[in-house]
Amino acid sequence: MSRPYLFALLLAAAGFAHAADKLKAGTFDPPREAPQIALKAADGKDFALDKYRGKVVVLEFGYTSCADVCPVSLALLKQAREKLGALGDKLQVVFVTVDPRRDTAPKLKAYLEQFDKSFVGLTGTEEQMAAIRKAYGISATKKMVEGSKTEYTMGHSSYLYFIDPQGRLRALMPFGRPADDIVHDVSLLARGQ
Amino acid sequence: MKRRLAVLALVPATAIAAALAWAAYAPIRSASHDALFEIPQGTWARRMAGEKAEILPDTITLVLGVNDVLLLRNSDTVPQIFGPVLIMPGQDFRLPFEQAGEHPFACTAHASGQMTVVVKPTPLAGWQRLQWRLQSLLDKAPWRD
Repeated sequence: MSRPYLFALLLAAAGFAHAADKLKAGTFDPPREAPQIALKAADGKDFALDKYRGKVVVLEFGYTSCADVCPVSLALLKQAREKLGALGDKLQVVFVTVDPRRDTAPKLKAYLEQFDKSFVGLTGTEEQMAAIRKAYGISATKKMVEGSKTEYTMGHSSYLYFIDPQGRLRALMPFGRPADDIVHDVSLLARGQ
Repeated sequence: MKRRLAVLALVPATAIAAALAWAAYAPIRSASHDALFEIPQGTWARRMAGEKAEILPDTITLVLGVNDVLLLRNSDTVPQIFGPVLIMPGQDFRLPFEQAGEHPFACTAHASGQMTVVVKPTPLAGWQRLQWRLQSLLDKAPWRD
């Protein structure tokens, strides 16, 4: 192989490696420590976010009555976890409800089990959930369904929040990215990038 | 004499044609894909004092493959919320876009509380690329509409 050709190949490989090393999600620089979350999980066990050091935690904020965003994101996360193979154990999905009034622990647990039994659900009092949202800079707005006095929907962030194995809030992925993008970013973070 | 004049006229015409052809067909290369928006120190204080402190435009236009990374820098002393993103003082948030489209965001750094990021496709070789280059010459920061 001629030297110029080999050099060009090396350059191309270096460029590819550089592109492949970047997260596909939006990233923070410098990253800050993810605000602590400590609650009783939907399965009745105590949950503390800092107990998941060593894993990549993906937080999703949503609610079980969500018709469009939440089920799509949860299905993508399930798909990503499967695609990760052996690395799947390094991913912990945590679903934080923005509608604690309707999302009781049993309802949340049953809802998440439809997607993946490893997914953790968090619900609590209105105040507890509002404090978590505030720490992560998330707003949730209630909108009454037209013609109904009881039915409502919740407007909420559709981003996925990536916390690295050191417990730092590293990245936010917009809604609708393919499962492969989640796999890509979880793999990088799990490997310590 | 006439022939010499014709040749002299042909030289600049050829040069212009070559420049236009280059502008229309040469691949677009950019040193950085970042479109930087900085929230300067004192923004919050000025706003609290009732001053107008417009930092971000209503619309940010990005171009895929050219400047397709939105870089938000919070140089203020208080956290700022940009859509779902809480950016701490001294922190950057870098959001790459891979698809063309319109992305509306709620934003506390903007007086109206709203802004839209428009992501345009990569200018195709030919008229689109020529138009983009001409616009870039006129505007140092073409993503600010």
